[in-house]
Amino acid sequence: MKAFGRIVTFLVYFFLYAPLLVMIFFSFNAGKSTSVFSGFSLRWYRELFSGGGVLMEAMRNSLLLAVLSAVIATLIGTVAAIGLYRLKKGFLSGAILTVNNIPLMNPDIVTGVSMMLLFVFAAGVFGAVNATNFYTLLISHVTFNIPYVILNVLPKLRQSDPALYEAALDLGCTPQKAFFKVTMPQITSGILAGMLMAFTLSFDDFVISYYTSGNDFVTLPVYIYSLVKKTVKPNIYALYSIILVAILALLIVYNAILSRSDTKKEGK
Amino acid sequence: MTGAAQGGKAPSLAARRERTSLGVKLLNAPYLLWSVIFIVVPILMVVFYAFSETASYYAISFSAGGQEYSCELPAGEGEEALTLEEAKEKAAERYGVALSEAEFTRATLEIRSGGFTLENLRQVWSPSSRHAMLLSFLYSFAATAISLVIAYPFAYVLSRSGAKSQRIQMLLIMLPMWMNMLVRTYSWQQILENNGIINKVFAFFGLGQATMLGTPGAVILGMVYNYLPYMILPIYTVMSKIDVSLLEAADDLGCNGFQKLCRLILPLSVPGVISGLIMVFVPSISTFYISQKMSNGMIKLVGDLIESKIKDQWGSGGLNVGAAMSLVLMVIILVCTFVMNRFSDEDGGGMVV
Repeated sequence: MKAFGRIVTFLVYFFLYAPLLVMIFFSFNAGKSTSVFSGFSLRWYRELFSGGGVLMEAMRNSLLLAVLSAVIATLIGTVAAIGLYRLKKGFLSGAILTVNNIPLMNPDIVTGVSMMLLFVFAAGVFGAVNATNFYTLLISHVTFNIPYVILNVLPKLRQSDPALYEAALDLGCTPQKAFFKVTMPQITSGILAGMLMAFTLSFDDFVISYYTSGNDFVTLPVYIYSLVKKTVKPNIYALYSIILVAILALLIVYNAILSRSDTKKEGK
Repeated sequence: MTGAAQGGKAPSLAARRERTSLGVKLLNAPYLLWSVIFIVVPILMVVFYAFSETASYYAISFSAGGQEYSCELPAGEGEEALTLEEAKEKAAERYGVALSEAEFTRATLEIRSGGFTLENLRQVWSPSSRHAMLLSFLYSFAATAISLVIAYPFAYVLSRSGAKSQRIQMLLIMLPMWMNMLVRTYSWQQILENNGIINKVFAFFGLGQATMLGTPGAVILGMVYNYLPYMILPIYTVMSKIDVSLLEAADDLGCNGFQKLCRLILPLSVPGVISGLIMVFVPSISTFYISQKMSNGMIKLVGDLIESKIKDQWGSGGLNVGAAMSLVLMVIILVCTFVMNRFSDEDGGGMVV
């Protein structure tokens, strides 16, 4: 039984990591191919750091979009979570939560197409030439990020002790002060986790961006999709090898935040 | 304030609720507005476009020999699409006027939309699209089943390992998920190619070349690969919540491993399995780039059809047919999710990720 478990575990990790290993391996290819290895070289990494052309521009676009949409979604989502928490359970709170679930349940392609149709319709009404541009892309990313922020913040609010907030008010705090001094520290880990999740989802999104972005602002996944097989060069593999390391670091930080909040709870 | 405080906690709480009710409304207003405009209205847009017609046509007016003529010509699509010049020619021909004599006052490409139609839905039921839906259903069903078979024992082993090992393994499972799917799928393409790594290994052992790209197996592999973590995580979550003392009690009462699995672990892990099934099935049935890359565009799933309708036939009704297909896909998924959730507890398992 134990041996069987080990074999399954090994096979799953092998399966999950095989394409990543191939990716890292070919990122060091001296040639232009992503399937024929013609010698070890750092040329693709050097090319990335010396500007990198369209690929790096797409990368900067993706980073900018991910940061902006994560910050905006965290603001709106946190306010919404607090509002939902204070709202008495009833039709309105049920309706908001149901609507909040729609982007989570719907496949990306439906979310993307539906938002694109809205923008096309709006462009028709307002007589705009291009239905989609940077702002429609940003709106769509904020929209699919908010539910994840709410899902991270709302449970933290529900876990928090309302008596503490009441006590702060009794001790003479204004509601604003009580919120920032008492409630906020209890939900900070949830807010950070939500923001981090929003950032990675936005950075990685292809399908929704594909439908809601215009020619003025091309994100990394959309750019990669536009490449055909012959034009895929190891520079993409080099870039994603770097991103792999960055994400590993991010995950470690994320886990550290989680475990710190866990030990805090246990400490109480 | 003092009076309320002396009167006990309850009245002061109620008084505060009263006072904050306006504040609560203000807190809820932004997202309420946002979600109505950018979540609810887009869904209504899908319904609207699915049931309305769009046609692009050339509106052409010209005068010849002192007489005014005007007509509308369908712009056509694909290979039959007309250029503006061809449309002018056709218009002149229609009224028996030589092109050189016609003086065009208006010749523009216009898009008309609005009228209610069932034509888009009828196109969703066309043979090619029915075939794509059937394939999507079969492939995503297979991918979901295979993911379950792989993920279940894996999640069980993971949930029974040490706390530190669990933490590290969670990292290891989530790491590939956060690498871009397109890049990972490209990488699989390179592995499965005719001169890819697997075939090089085959050649090394003197085996013949195997064509893998373009087969249903490659597409299903792509789906399993991309969505396997979505199956592992919820199953792992419920399994790690199973009380160890329950398992020990089963041991003490003389259960063998098989009985323990059937009577204890399986029933307790149902909610996680249901979430996992939904979380693998939904993205699998709606994907388009996995099928596109893993079959070199040879296998068309529903997602591929939506994508190509919208991209290639934008002005000539493709947008509406794409919307109709999205609507059908959305309804199918809603029904599937609803049915699967019926098997689960009210709680619905752990929504991880």
